[in-house]
Amino acid sequence: MDFNYTEEQLALQDTLRRFIAKDYPFEHRRALAESADGFDRQAWKTFADFGILALPFHEDFGGLNGNAVDTMLVMEMLGRGLALEPYVATVVLCGGLIRDAGTTAQKEELLPAIAGGELMLALAHFEPGARYEVDRVATTATASGTGWQLDGAKAVVLGAPSADKLIVSARDGKGLSLFLVDARAPGVTLRAYPTQDGARAADIRLSKVTVGADALIGTAGGALPAIERAIDYANAALCAEAVGIMSALNEVTLEYLKTRKQFGVPIGKFQALQHRMADMVIATEQARSMATLAAVRVDSRDAAERSRSVAAAKAYVTQSARLVGQQAVQLHGGMGVVDELNVAHYFKRLTMIGLTFGDADYHLGKFSDTLLAA
Amino acid sequence: MDLNFTAAEQSFREDVRRFLRAKLPAEISRKVLGGKRLEKDDFVRWQQILHAQGWGAVGWPTAFGGTGWNAVQQHIFDEECADAGAPMQLPFGLKMVAPVIMAFGNPAQQQHFLPRIVDGSDWWCQGYSEPGSGSDLASLKMRAVRDGDHYVVNGQKTWNTLGQYADWIFCLVRTSTEGRQQEGISFLLIDMKTPGITVRPIIMLDGEHEINEVWFEDVRVPAQNLIGEENKGWTYAKFLLGHERTGIAGVGRSKRELKKLKDIAKKETANGRPLIEDQRFRDRVAQVELELMALEITNLRVISTESAADGKKRAPGPEASILKIKGSEIQQMLTELQMQALGHYALPWIDEALDADWTGDALMEAYADHAAPLSGRYFNVRKTTIYGGSNEIQKNIISQMILGL
Repeated sequence: MDFNYTEEQLALQDTLRRFIAKDYPFEHRRALAESADGFDRQAWKTFADFGILALPFHEDFGGLNGNAVDTMLVMEMLGRGLALEPYVATVVLCGGLIRDAGTTAQKEELLPAIAGGELMLALAHFEPGARYEVDRVATTATASGTGWQLDGAKAVVLGAPSADKLIVSARDGKGLSLFLVDARAPGVTLRAYPTQDGARAADIRLSKVTVGADALIGTAGGALPAIERAIDYANAALCAEAVGIMSALNEVTLEYLKTRKQFGVPIGKFQALQHRMADMVIATEQARSMATLAAVRVDSRDAAERSRSVAAAKAYVTQSARLVGQQAVQLHGGMGVVDELNVAHYFKRLTMIGLTFGDADYHLGKFSDTLLAA
Repeated sequence: MDLNFTAAEQSFREDVRRFLRAKLPAEISRKVLGGKRLEKDDFVRWQQILHAQGWGAVGWPTAFGGTGWNAVQQHIFDEECADAGAPMQLPFGLKMVAPVIMAFGNPAQQQHFLPRIVDGSDWWCQGYSEPGSGSDLASLKMRAVRDGDHYVVNGQKTWNTLGQYADWIFCLVRTSTEGRQQEGISFLLIDMKTPGITVRPIIMLDGEHEINEVWFEDVRVPAQNLIGEENKGWTYAKFLLGHERTGIAGVGRSKRELKKLKDIAKKETANGRPLIEDQRFRDRVAQVELELMALEITNLRVISTESAADGKKRAPGPEASILKIKGSEIQQMLTELQMQALGHYALPWIDEALDADWTGDALMEAYADHAAPLSGRYFNVRKTTIYGGSNEIQKNIISQMILGL
């Protein structure tokens, strides 16, 4: 049993911490959220230099052979900085799918490009009306010439507006398949928008989109296990991001309790407020434990064990994040509800994490149902 | 980052299991697992069996007759003992007074008292709280006045656990009323057979006699039973309260009770189906399991820091407060769900059903099989968020010691 990071991991954490403090301050982030791209392309290049875009890939494809614990520590730091770059979309979700399901030719072509920061991707999987159900896909793939024709609609595709290519899930005669589609291909229509937490997403319509046979990722009809695994990875990453945010939010809230004075004393002298702060600290430590569990178990070969652990972690971390976020706003009083302070932005991101790829009820239900089998 | 136990730790776990299979008396584990009443003799007998194995004091250094095990080994031991249904080793001697005697007692006190704790000869109880001094412990009033080679003690202690069986009581007494109230407290060991001591039962809400008030009237205590220096008792008391980290979360016991909750939810029925298939109930069980999973890892994180490679034992920190708060809350959630699972059968209170030799009642099969003790347990463990520094006091400790508020 070992809860420590390795020397290399600590060095990477330190690099990211310094980057966030120096090159990604809150005011910079606030301006980025309002910019056309909605993120910092220079930062993306820096991420490539740091190696974090190459982290989860095999060295044969320009990767660093990292595991989910490496991803956890990256996400925790990106969370602290409220980074807007579509790391989960490109590296964790799409990179993970290509790594797990792609052909060697696809890995050779795409993974080094992701690692180098030259290729951005988005996973167009969830659909309107399907809520969080991973296997409810109505988009169709029909054989067309030597290739395929795709038709359907995709909901809230994170990172789509900046993506060069989309990975689209679609149902063919046998089951679910994944296709690599140029984001600007004829028949692809994006309705792009900002999200509540300052990121970018789009709803997408696919109408008679034709792709070649080489666009198929992996084998036809057999993509569901890889998609489930990728979503588990993304949820584990989001748990770590939330823990980073909760830690940062606790720090700024504690500082506020020590400096803000009312009735002639720092408000942190009041027991009603102290106990809320103690609850936030407890919730964050417990959430850190669960994010760690998710990171360690998501690499498990046993799919049931992996899914069960990630569901447990996401449910618990979301509940903790709700408590920490809401209480941080409450303890800041009026300053908690203004746009000018980072508190509200941390809170909004925490809230949206809790609604991405399954909310607390969804994941609790998923975990709860495993009790039937036991 | 690795959540697995090492091969050495796994094989240690196997050793503990083998020992428990061979040496834990079945009539005792049946009582523990079935929620039956334990007698004094059950506790003492188990302590003697552990002592014979050399495992009487798993948290002590070898110099004092302990095993010298690190925190991870102690955790594994606790987990296996809980799972097998071993009686809890009561903390008052082993985990409370003993560390104080080791740290602040003189060699004569160490040589006399410590071996008698490990081998089960002496049963210890605690004399801390008083009717007017609960959370504000330092306001305590029980007087000890020096008279030659003795202290003469007058006053009252309360919330004393199982003192009706005790040979000795460790007490905080007031030896001075000068200065700050914390500065006039001393730590005294008192033989329960001394004339002038009266133990009166306090029957708790579950109907059981577990708790007492203890009266002291002109009780003459040899001055050699003073620990450390006069008026320094508050330092020792704080040391005692913050000392115990491993085990405070009660993870092993709660894992056993969660397992039991799931078993009960399979036996009980709702709508003609096992209760576990009722989604509302199942989700509640799932929610407690999440809490316990998180606590287990938090506990291991704390323990692994304590057992870090440099071998240095860390001073107990305020993280003990987090473990106490979550551990007690989870224990309460589990007992509440166990009770709720029974439906109507949460209501009957058949006192003799808690006796080991109760043979059951043909009319009430489920009650006899598993229901009888559960409501009582729910009522009983309301104490856990109150004792040992109430959970509100624990939050004060977090605010002040971790957060500096």
